[in-house]
Amino acid sequence: MKIAVLVKQVPATEKVKMDEKTGTMIRSGMEAEANPLDMYAVEEAVRVKEKLGEDTEITVISMGPPMAIDAIKDALSMGCDRGYLVSDSALAGADTLATAYTLSKTIQKLGGFDLIFTGERATDGETGQVGPSVGAQLDMPVLTYVSKIEELNGTHIRVRRAIEGGYEVVEAPLPSLISVVKEINEPRIPNLKGKIRAKRADIPTLTAKELELDTSRIGLEGSPTRVVKIFYPKLSRQTKIVSGKDPELAVEELLKFLEEKELI
Amino acid sequence: MKGSIPEYKGVWTLGEQRGKEISSVSYELLAWGRGLADKLKTELSSVLVGHKISEENIQSLIHRGADKVYVVDHPLLEHFTPDGYGKVLKKLIEEYKPSIMIASATTIGRTVMPVLAAMIETGLTADCTGLDIEEGTGLLLQTRPAIGGNVMATIKTPEHRPQMATVRPKSKRPLPADNSRKGEVIKKEYPEDIYSSKVKFLEFVKDKTAEAPIQEADVVIAGGKGLKDGKNFKMLYKIAKLLDGAVGASRQAVDMGWIPYSHQVGLSGKTVSPRLYVAMGISGAVQHLAGMSSAETVVAINSDPDANIFKVSDFGIVGDLFDIAPVLISKLKEIKNQRK
Ligand SMILES: Cc1cc2nc3c(=O)[nH]c(=O)nc-3n(C[C@H](O)[C@H](O)[C@H](O)COP(=O)(O)OP(=O)(O)OC[C@H]3O[C@@H](n4cnc5c(N)ncnc54)[C@H](O)[C@@H]3O)c2cc1C
Ligand SMILES: Nc1ncnc2c1ncn2[C@@H]1O[C@H](COP(=O)(O)O)[C@@H](O)[C@H]1O
Repeated sequence: MKIAVLVKQVPATEKVKMDEKTGTMIRSGMEAEANPLDMYAVEEAVRVKEKLGEDTEITVISMGPPMAIDAIKDALSMGCDRGYLVSDSALAGADTLATAYTLSKTIQKLGGFDLIFTGERATDGETGQVGPSVGAQLDMPVLTYVSKIEELNGTHIRVRRAIEGGYEVVEAPLPSLISVVKEINEPRIPNLKGKIRAKRADIPTLTAKELELDTSRIGLEGSPTRVVKIFYPKLSRQTKIVSGKDPELAVEELLKFLEEKELI
Repeated sequence: MKGSIPEYKGVWTLGEQRGKEISSVSYELLAWGRGLADKLKTELSSVLVGHKISEENIQSLIHRGADKVYVVDHPLLEHFTPDGYGKVLKKLIEEYKPSIMIASATTIGRTVMPVLAAMIETGLTADCTGLDIEEGTGLLLQTRPAIGGNVMATIKTPEHRPQMATVRPKSKRPLPADNSRKGEVIKKEYPEDIYSSKVKFLEFVKDKTAEAPIQEADVVIAGGKGLKDGKNFKMLYKIAKLLDGAVGASRQAVDMGWIPYSHQVGLSGKTVSPRLYVAMGISGAVQHLAGMSSAETVVAINSDPDANIFKVSDFGIVGDLFDIAPVLISKLKEIKNQRK
């Protein structure tokens, strides 16, 4: 079975700092990491491989700047077989449609896959749109919010989808695209052997030209959406602060406040 | 689709029906849509795709603000499928050409909208918390948190139609039902291959272990690392019970294994916008705030006077939650007994 996992590199968000004056991200010295939610997709792919045996191959694909190669290496160290980086200055500024177009063309160029895994969403863009869009552009069944693979054979996959109020069980023929949620597994910590293998791996970079991309559909130019403004959310409220030194008094005050607001 | 923009008119919302019932997000969307349609002086329509859609459900959309309802009803559409629903919506959009199409950021909306946007090659903005119309151009201004809630971004779709967005559930209150409102109902039928899907629904299993989903609760009592131990969540459950609320948590608390992931509020958890959010022993990291800052009223209890959570609170108690919570529980009980 041929499996692909789509992995994105994102800023390590806890460390994102904003320039208070300009409202832009301070990128110097910014750390990046593989999207944490994509590690569940990687883990699940590796588990499938462990179950189905050695003739299952896992390819990791990431689109991003040259440093995104580190995200691919993280995935390889967990047990994926090979990786490709899609990197080209012409791709910069791509929105989800343009990103998904680029990734779906890459998937086709690499000969297609039986199963494509994505994370639920990237922690930077936070849209969760790229996976379903890739699936749709490749005309594949799209199974989102997958919390468990119940059955997988050469022709079909049956999964649980975590939805509002419970889960549903659905089945689809291969090839299919699935996006996984955190509940599906616990990603492994790569061992030394995996790390060494990842370090030595040859990860080819693919350009827009090599992928024969339609230049009107990539990068900022090929993106239907435009960010027109960035601003700070108004966090401040009219805060009333009381001391909790006297818990009785503090709670009295709180209850009075809640009563005024008709909350109790 | 790119180009020929003037042809595209009107605002559409995606209605959601699960089983026999219309879900309340359908009405929230109409509240958003009504505001946009009035600004544009255009019509507001809702689309309802499914099976055994009752006249009552259709009329309820009109009572909540729709001028028109498009209905596609077929046994093959009984359960949501991304490709089946996607193809139906594509057909409708190609025929009626709406300028704006919004859906709720539910598991249905978040799945079908990117599929649909890819099918018709247009833009899609995820998880908006604000929608408006730009003066002069009439373009849809789609505002959403970005980079982990650190900033807000406003996004436009200048050259493609429809302009598509998903909006966060609970980001707006439904309009009150006006049973005197009249509207037009358009029932459409398509060849079966439009309805068909490669995805086969097998069963739905209700999650009995999860209490009321926190996204739907009017009151959320949330705990963080300051609770020190999983068993202390019991206090929060007591408070939640007294206020008919649900229990939420920060990622730290979830990561410690004190409470299941389904309770996590924030960037990588759930987004809630209850009437009342009480944060106990939560520092208020931006990633946490991303999931709760749209709550109507926020109360924080934290021993650190400089905790970030106070910046987004309406009422704060600087103190030890282990002193405060028991008093709060007993006083709430008193109030409850008095009112009986
Ligand atoms: C990609 C990414 C995604 C993330 N997503 C989320 C998310 O979805 N949700 C989320 O919550 N976090 C998320 N985080 C983590 C977030 O950055 C914080 O680490 C987390 O929210 C902190 O949890 P906390 O407030 O419980 O713990 P802490 O930051 O440790 O805060 C504990 C607080 O409790 C107070 N306290 C301690 N003892 C007491 C006492 N006795 N009485 C009263 N107060 C007390 C302390 O003063 C402190 O303010 C994410 C991080 C990343 C990188
Ligand atoms: N640039 C990218 N390269 C590889 N995979 C991506 C990229 N962007 C998004 N993805 C995949 O799509 C999922 C959803 O991303 P997003 O729509 O950006 O939230 C991620 O979890 C990844 O699996």
